[in-house]
Amino acid sequence: MTDLMQVLASGVLMGLVYALISLGLTLIWGVVEIVNFAHGDFLMLAMYLAFTIYAAFHLDPLISLPLVVIALAIFGVIIHKFVIRPVLKAPMLAQIFVTFGLMIFLRGMAQFIWGPDYKAIPDPLVSGSVQIGGVYLSLPQMVAGVGSVLGAAIIAWIVYRTELGRGLRAVAEDREAASLMGISPEKMYIATWALGAGSLGIAGALLVNFFYVFPEVGGVFGLLAFVTVALGGFGSVAGAFIAGIIIGLVQMSAGFFIDPAIKDIPVYLIYLLVVVLRPQGLLGEF
Amino acid sequence: MKLLETRGLTKRFGGLLANNNVDFYVDKGEMVGLIGPNGAGKTTFFNVLTGFYKPDGGQVLFKGQSVGGKSPEWLCARGLTRTFQVVKTLKGMSVLENVMVGAFVHARNASEARRKSEEILRFGGLYEKKDMQAGGLTIADKKRLEMLRALATEPDLLLLDEAMAGLNPSEVQEAVALVRRIHQEGVTIILVEHVMEVVMPLSQRVVVLAGGEKIAEGPPDVIAHDPVVIQAYLGEKYARRRQALGEL
Amino acid sequence: MARRIPRQAWALGLFLLILLLIPLAITNRYWMNLLITTFMFVSLGQAWNWVGGYAGQISFGHAAFFGLGAYTSTLLLTKFGVNPWLGMLAAGVVAIAVAFLIGWPVFRLQGHYFAIATIALGEILRIGFDNWEWAGGASGIELPIMESSFLHFQFFSKVPYYFIALALALITYGITWWMTNSKVGYYLRAIREDQDAARALGVNPTKYKYIALMLSAMITAFVGTFYAQYILFIDPASTMALDLSILISLVAVLGGAGSFLGPLLGAFLLIPINELTRSFLGGGGRAYNLIIYGALIMAIAIWQPGGLWELLERWRKRRRGRKQEVTHEAA
Repeated sequence: MTDLMQVLASGVLMGLVYALISLGLTLIWGVVEIVNFAHGDFLMLAMYLAFTIYAAFHLDPLISLPLVVIALAIFGVIIHKFVIRPVLKAPMLAQIFVTFGLMIFLRGMAQFIWGPDYKAIPDPLVSGSVQIGGVYLSLPQMVAGVGSVLGAAIIAWIVYRTELGRGLRAVAEDREAASLMGISPEKMYIATWALGAGSLGIAGALLVNFFYVFPEVGGVFGLLAFVTVALGGFGSVAGAFIAGIIIGLVQMSAGFFIDPAIKDIPVYLIYLLVVVLRPQGLLGEF
Repeated sequence: MKLLETRGLTKRFGGLLANNNVDFYVDKGEMVGLIGPNGAGKTTFFNVLTGFYKPDGGQVLFKGQSVGGKSPEWLCARGLTRTFQVVKTLKGMSVLENVMVGAFVHARNASEARRKSEEILRFGGLYEKKDMQAGGLTIADKKRLEMLRALATEPDLLLLDEAMAGLNPSEVQEAVALVRRIHQEGVTIILVEHVMEVVMPLSQRVVVLAGGEKIAEGPPDVIAHDPVVIQAYLGEKYARRRQALGEL
Repeated sequence: MARRIPRQAWALGLFLLILLLIPLAITNRYWMNLLITTFMFVSLGQAWNWVGGYAGQISFGHAAFFGLGAYTSTLLLTKFGVNPWLGMLAAGVVAIAVAFLIGWPVFRLQGHYFAIATIALGEILRIGFDNWEWAGGASGIELPIMESSFLHFQFFSKVPYYFIALALALITYGITWWMTNSKVGYYLRAIREDQDAARALGVNPTKYKYIALMLSAMITAFVGTFYAQYILFIDPASTMALDLSILISLVAVLGGAGSFLGPLLGAFLLIPINELTRSFLGGGGRAYNLIIYGALIMAIAIWQPGGLWELLERWRKRRRGRKQEVTHEAA
């Protein structure tokens, strides 16, 4: 029973982080109409950045978080300008391959700069765990869960409650109509990349407190983000949270009850089942 | 002899009734116009006839056989094909190759398909452009190519979805001439058009859809003066004007 | 037109003759290995091209078929003593069967959804084999050393491997030639360009995607068996990983996706680069090859989505155009 509670708690906490990560992906997908295969690798960069700041200046990731967010946002805009914009009108093949190439490039660069081995923050500001009714809750994971909800809330607020958000949604709805109304799609693309990549800055700084960082770490998280978007339904914030939590639970249960080595297989199977049987996801519109 | 017939054809999208109980037929060798205001359900009706949608009720009979729910490729192999309102050119292939894809339905090998396609391109006046990338053609030529490509499948029945939309007056004249010549070759034709003026002179019989139902049917000159039809179209114009005023 | 075809036939004959004579000229094992690897990727790249290039269904999971090929023949050999040539046939059958099974779900997907589904399927298979102890698990299987003979599909010299790899590449190109000159090739391209238009013209998309994927899976599995017999060691990391899927697709895309000669050009450029960077720059886990692949893929996608083949075509057309201008002026 406590085992089950333990699995539930860890699953939910990880699921919240997956939800935040998937929001950035769905935002870029919706507004810029590009599926960023390198999404998880942006997260990897954020984790490494937080780690490097810690190693160099002994600043805890929770404190350097705003810096990481800003750096990632800038990086997102740079990638848009130099890598994404040239292929916006290109055929599908070019669009798929460009971010795929970016993914490989970023992994290669990470391995080049930081080496292939696993890195972790030895003594984070928040550490240890609390025990509630026999269930151990890791404090850094709780911070990450709460932080992800806050991060997602900020993004949702920007998208649904601000002038900028109205512009973003207009462009996502209909590019031409929006530009006729005086909204510059290019400006909205830049804002989207800043927001989407910035949200990964939050997730990365939160994750690195309790998760190893290594060059391929983005692979797992990137795929999880795709699965979350597919399951939750395209462009749905509530869907992202439900899907993130389901995936966290499935992953943790499979890891705990079957074998940690195969914990991602059920997640991939969920993706395949969802895209084939219910392409619009749980809460998708169309 | 009825080549294609629908009996009580019904198509729903969720709660929306796109086609309601439509009885329709076309005789062998006929050219029939299918008109109606925007949102009348013409395109849905077309998609059901050509196998892109499955009907929710009623029957579709082609050459006397019930074909409701059969796939587009199945229908094409048996002599029923279509063009698209928004042209679907195979952009990365040459003009000749576009037609060859159609010709392969009956051609046994590539050289036979090529020979047949060149013949069709000569017939349709696109032979000089046969080696061009189809994506580089003008809209008028793309629409022409789409008709020729469909012709290459040797259809008994050809459904043209707004083959004249987006063309300038002289291009419309050329397109009309091509449709006439295809008809003279013995192909039965159903024309879907939004603009009445284009269909009337071409069609032997006109069927009018509005609100998903058949509201009138008859010779073009009778239909043009049918008060029910005029009201359906006027109602649309009136609604549009009201909408425009509301916007201001 | 009539004069150009014999010239191309000459060029083809000469090229084949050179390929047949190369083992006489090159005896260095390093260079032979490079050529054998290149031929393998000519086959792999072209087999990918049928699905990813002609039919436009971009797969990042082709390593799965390669790995299935390698594992089928190797497990049959090590566990049941089945001759590797029979194992190769069995590998083809297994790959076709798997292609048939996955075709049903994945052919409903398009674009990114399809690409991600192929990644997911490939990863499921790799993780599965990593944890399948009977099949050697993550540490892999060493093939038993046998007497060097054609019957055993094992040779001390590299020359027989060279000819087998060449034969596989020629078979692959034979199939491609048949495909591009028949209904199948035209239909696959039509499906890539516009599936609805293709259907209205009588093309059954699922049927033709199946033909492409099954043939592709079969050839990829054959090369997988060849690899196992050549290297005599297989593990999930080297035969089923995403990296291999990427390299296979990159060969085709660099050369020119959907073109006849593209994968050949791609393999002859990329595989030597890959091997040279590995031997000269490699070591220290510095991942130069990843950086180069990544940059290369981005560069192609941004500046040359048609690959090297399109670049050559454009250059040839410009040259021909200039020639015509000159003759016009002379006249």
